Amino acid sequence: MSTSPAKPGGPVLTADGTPLKTSLERSLKLSKLRALGLILPPLVFLVILFVIPIGSLLTRSIDDGLSNKVLPKTLAAFERWDKTSEPDEAMFEALYLDMTAADRLDLSKLGTRMNYEKSGWRSLLKITARGLNRIDGPPYKPAILQLNKRWGDIKFWQSLGAMKDPVTLGYYLKAVDLKYDGNKNVMRVKKHNRIYQMLWWRTFLVSTIVTIGCLVLAYPVAHLLATLPLRLSNLLMICVLMPFWTSLLVRIVSWMVMLQQNGVVNDSLVSLGMLHDENRLAMMYNFTGTVIVMTQILLPFMILPIYSVMKTIPPSYMKAAQNLGATPSLAFIKVYMPQTVPGVGAGCILVFIVAIGYYITPELVGGKDGRLIGNLIAYHMQNSLNWGLAAAMGTILLVAILTLYWVYDKLVGVDNMKMS
Amino acid sequence: MNGDDPLVRFVNIQKSYDGETLVIKNLNLNVENGEFLTILGPSGSGKTTCLLMLAGFEPATHGEIYLKEQPINRVPPHKRGIGMVFQNYALFPHMTVAENLAFPLDVRGMSKSEKTEKVKRALDMVQLGGYGDRQPAQLSGGQQQRVAVARSLIFDPDLVLMDEPLGALDKNLREQMKYEIKSIHRNLGITVVYVTHDQSIALTLSDRIAVFDNGVIQQCAAPDVLYEQPENAFVANFIGENNQLIGTVVEDNGDTVKVDVNNGHIVEAKKVNVEGIGSRSTLSLRPERVVVGPEPHSLPNVFLAKTKQLIYLGDHIRTRFSICGSDDFIVKIPNSAVHAAISEGDEVKIGWKVEDCRAVDVWPCPTPHS
Repeated sequence: MSTSPAKPGGPVLTADGTPLKTSLERSLKLSKLRALGLILPPLVFLVILFVIPIGSLLTRSIDDGLSNKVLPKTLAAFERWDKTSEPDEAMFEALYLDMTAADRLDLSKLGTRMNYEKSGWRSLLKITARGLNRIDGPPYKPAILQLNKRWGDIKFWQSLGAMKDPVTLGYYLKAVDLKYDGNKNVMRVKKHNRIYQMLWWRTFLVSTIVTIGCLVLAYPVAHLLATLPLRLSNLLMICVLMPFWTSLLVRIVSWMVMLQQNGVVNDSLVSLGMLHDENRLAMMYNFTGTVIVMTQILLPFMILPIYSVMKTIPPSYMKAAQNLGATPSLAFIKVYMPQTVPGVGAGCILVFIVAIGYYITPELVGGKDGRLIGNLIAYHMQNSLNWGLAAAMGTILLVAILTLYWVYDKLVGVDNMKMS
Repeated sequence: MNGDDPLVRFVNIQKSYDGETLVIKNLNLNVENGEFLTILGPSGSGKTTCLLMLAGFEPATHGEIYLKEQPINRVPPHKRGIGMVFQNYALFPHMTVAENLAFPLDVRGMSKSEKTEKVKRALDMVQLGGYGDRQPAQLSGGQQQRVAVARSLIFDPDLVLMDEPLGALDKNLREQMKYEIKSIHRNLGITVVYVTHDQSIALTLSDRIAVFDNGVIQQCAAPDVLYEQPENAFVANFIGENNQLIGTVVEDNGDTVKVDVNNGHIVEAKKVNVEGIGSRSTLSLRPERVVVGPEPHSLPNVFLAKTKQLIYLGDHIRTRFSICGSDDFIVKIPNSAVHAAISEGDEVKIGWKVEDCRAVDVWPCPTPHS
């Protein structure tokens, strides 16, 4: 039995002849199992509350299986149709068979879905379903046409083309003001119906302005926090964190008090004579209001990561730079600031990601031109019940954030990021 | 200014951080051109404060510092043109080694070719040629140390300050760097003010050592003078190993005194820093100056000592005796045939010369030597 490596280059063996790797694995097994046991609860939590919802969000944003489930024969007949001539008897027969076999609830859901492609579908399906029992045999075409003459409109039939596949990109197209025409070609929606592109643009604009605003305001505060004597910096830290401990609603409402037409700021400016009474500034329920309030609310997310990085930079660097001949400002720019990049990066990413999906502040103070994509997602979740579209917009947000994160990793390196 | 003027003069410098206690009490110190001056002292003695005032990072509360006979109290750090090596090196982590070295040249607007040339020469000087593209974090502690030294010298300052630059290195590296710093100082002929609490570094490197304690210079002299002729109990204790016998002066003969150290044990000692008859005095005696088993009547001070402990240290035997009321009297016995005669519990005669035993003041609270 060998107690040393059996031969040069061969596996290293332990004293009893088992390969070293096997022994090592065996000795580490218990601690690995224990570690697994410890991470199991958060892992389960993560799967149930994060992976599964996100997965279902992704599937919902492309799922279009309902039409295939309810109207299989009709869609098969649609495939055989040349898309331009008048629909023939076979198509109407398939429609009749599908609709008589269909579940009431599915049919009403399908009506809602089909209405996204061409308005009028919902009422058409409803009227037809109600009249089906009056039809007592072929030929079906004249009978159905008699129920509603819109069945003769070739445009309704053509719009089925956008629904024949079980998966669709239609929601994503809609989320950026595009749509399919009858032949599955992508085209832009009519000018007066375009709202989403502008909202995306505004969302990114607001997030960018808020991020820059937070950075400009946070940097000096973080520097003070990191350099003041302990007693003063603790006090300042409490001031920074105080808003964190105050309800979001309270903060937003106090901004309303400050910024509205008859608010504190406008009143003060008028009473100081700096502003004419008729020209009161509109700083609330618009773009400006959203930016101001979001900047204030997200400020701590910028201050804390920058502060935590600044705290770790020894003052000797600044001293060394000055000792080597750099003026204090040059030393700050060339030596201090480059070292705060990880904190600045982390703060910017954090603020931008939170801002891009922000919902409550724009809802309350945004008015008409301060609403962001988050508000539209909420609208489609709660009011229009177009979950497919909401899911698609949510997915686009997610992808945008992941892209941003990837770019950041390439530029700064995620390993360098210091969150706190 | 002529060549004999001191490069730096501290004149009546006082420094307080809180307005209540003085960290530096009335400091007067000259740094000569081209000398290696070490400020040595225990932590909290104010030695680093001196350096920071000289570099311009701390204002003096009172007094004036002159650099080349120009007052510099109101000159900001970046205009003083003094190089400095920091304790943690302070190499900029986001720059390569070459960029670090080029930094002082950049801010002085030096041309690119001149810069490249100087950086190359500086790297060669500290034997790091070819390391220019590395990040500081990729270098070992000793290499970082060399870069820091090179950076402090690259803009040709007349004066370089070093704040415990070897403190973070392990022992072997520290020994090696010690000699490198010494040779750089000798080759370049610059003036160095070096702060440390490590007396072995101070003794090796310095032309002069200023021993600091309590914000006051206790003694400022060449290393051998400091070691052989300490002027007070603190210096005697702080530099090197030292035996202390405390007693009362009973006879004052001008150059020598007789001190009663333990009810009747009269020791004759050199009078250094002690008042007249009746005052308390510390007798300071180096362990290697004590003779074991002296010839009868060859030495004025001979006492019977009891051997308490023998520690074998290779080249010498460290022996602890009980003598004149002190239980902690150390004698270094060279590793020759003599030690074989002594074993623990033996009573032997030991003695010393008058001039090796220095009568100095009594330190209020003796600091253990390091």
